[in-house]
Amino acid sequence: MTIKLAENIYKDVDKIPTRFGYGDGLLKLGEMDERVVVLGADLSSSLRVDLFKDAYPDRFIQTGIAEQDMMCLAAGLSLTGKIPFVSTYGVFCTGRAWDQLRTTVAYGNLNVKVGSGHGGISVGADGATHQALEDIAITRVVPGVTVIVPCDYHETVKATIAAAQIEGPVVIRFGREKVPVITTPETPFKVGRAEIYREGEDVTVVACGVMVYEALIAAEMLAQEGISTQVINCHTVKPIDKETLIEAARKTKAVVTAEEHQVMGGFGSAVAEVLSQDMPVPMRFVGVQDTFGQSGAPDDLMKAYGLKAENIVQAAKEVIKIKRGG
Amino acid sequence: MEESKRERLEELARAIRCDIIKMLEAAGSGHPGGSLSAVEIVTALYFEVMRHDPKNPQWEGRDRFILSKGHACPVVYAALAEAGYFPKEELLTLRQFGSRLQGHPDRKKLPGLEASTGSLGQGLSIAAGIALGFKMDGKRNDVYCLMGDGELNEGQIWEAAMTASHYKLDNLCGIVDHNCLQIDGWTCEVKNMEPLADKWKAFGWNVIEVDGHNIEEIIAAFKRFKHTHFKPTVIIAHTIKGKGVSFMEDDAAWHGKAPNSEQAALALKELCGGCC
Repeated sequence: MTIKLAENIYKDVDKIPTRFGYGDGLLKLGEMDERVVVLGADLSSSLRVDLFKDAYPDRFIQTGIAEQDMMCLAAGLSLTGKIPFVSTYGVFCTGRAWDQLRTTVAYGNLNVKVGSGHGGISVGADGATHQALEDIAITRVVPGVTVIVPCDYHETVKATIAAAQIEGPVVIRFGREKVPVITTPETPFKVGRAEIYREGEDVTVVACGVMVYEALIAAEMLAQEGISTQVINCHTVKPIDKETLIEAARKTKAVVTAEEHQVMGGFGSAVAEVLSQDMPVPMRFVGVQDTFGQSGAPDDLMKAYGLKAENIVQAAKEVIKIKRGG
Repeated sequence: MEESKRERLEELARAIRCDIIKMLEAAGSGHPGGSLSAVEIVTALYFEVMRHDPKNPQWEGRDRFILSKGHACPVVYAALAEAGYFPKEELLTLRQFGSRLQGHPDRKKLPGLEASTGSLGQGLSIAAGIALGFKMDGKRNDVYCLMGDGELNEGQIWEAAMTASHYKLDNLCGIVDHNCLQIDGWTCEVKNMEPLADKWKAFGWNVIEVDGHNIEEIIAAFKRFKHTHFKPTVIIAHTIKGKGVSFMEDDAAWHGKAPNSEQAALALKELCGGCC
């Protein structure tokens, strides 16, 4: 069964940044659960947490530019029954504060949520220092951490709200730039369950984040050439939905992964960890190939670093060729 | 302070020192120096200052203690056992496979531990977060955080110091176990943190300096903390690393080395005439 998505994906698709979904999700959570508190490190408007700050000033904690302190403050707040959302750019909250996330939060199994913004190369002009391309790898490797990479605005709202219902550490990764809105408020979303967005027979593209849109476009392009592509939105990188991945690999016998992140240790690696053990099939990894980004317009960067539908099409053809013995 | 109370606390401190030696000897590894220097501080907290209930470790009304210098956990394990959180015999399982007494504190395993610590510099932020949570809820619980002086090299401590004064966390009391030694030598030579009291004052804290082995002075300082408003308090406790065991005192070599059976026997003889 395929899922109902937005109707205008392939023509005049709407675009909204996923960070808006985080901000709006927090605003809803503020009303739903008074235990929710939000911590910000001097990036309130960029991450849209100013919405929560304005609505619930008593539950917003400004930490200043001090991400390590912020992570452990959140840990302490969780020990008083709060549900804290740490909010800053991915390079800082997952990189600079990684030890705090690992040892204080995850080892302690504390109920801290990490809103990890500016994920991916589409951060654009700020350049490599601010483009989180390693965050999926370094958070998914920490035991007990749930890692979610929603594909669009609506899914980020849902992921943010869902994070508060999970007991334990959760990282939600979202981006800066406007990206296509491919789901609707009604599209099903469940943490830990990958969704098949398009059925296909010849190859499966497993994607997360904005690459789900690119995968759908790639599937359209491949259809023009008579290639039937299954597209899976695997928004939860950890715990990963093994069953759906294995079933897709069994059916199509060729898999491409797509992520706006380093391929080393990242999302594609997570998929490969499952398939290489339980359903080995030819694979290709679309993502950033062991290099830092640079300044530029987001779409130019996506092209330059091989993160477009065309790159997925190419990878799909390669795995199909291998599958067919050539 | 009543003579009988002082004697009771000093007796507890002596018993805890003996426990530390016995635990470390059994474990064959661990950190005696910074455990022994903090004995009076931890004894004062668990047996006089803090509101807590060993029979109900999750009691909501309890004060919270965060051991930021996690490697000194033997002193806290000994105090928790003496207080009745778990059987004293379990102390001898320290650092063994399957033990609840991990080499550094694991809050998931042992009742009475509030946080998992060991990576230095993180505890004061955790304690500040708890204190902030209590403030937000209008609760009156206090939060205590024991830091090492070498640990103050960590920048995060000073991030937390700014946060705590910014939010006027007068329910937060830091204690610096100022024993002047860290692994590589004297703290002033490794990285000079002086003038330490002035640093904390400049960061907006109420600073109290005490002889960290005089339990009456320590308790008096905690009383002053409870009567201080609108700013956090730090007690700089001047201590001696390895306090109580002559051959361990003021020797960085005993930071992270366990006594063998002969050394342990000698230490116990010094501490209590070999009675325990």
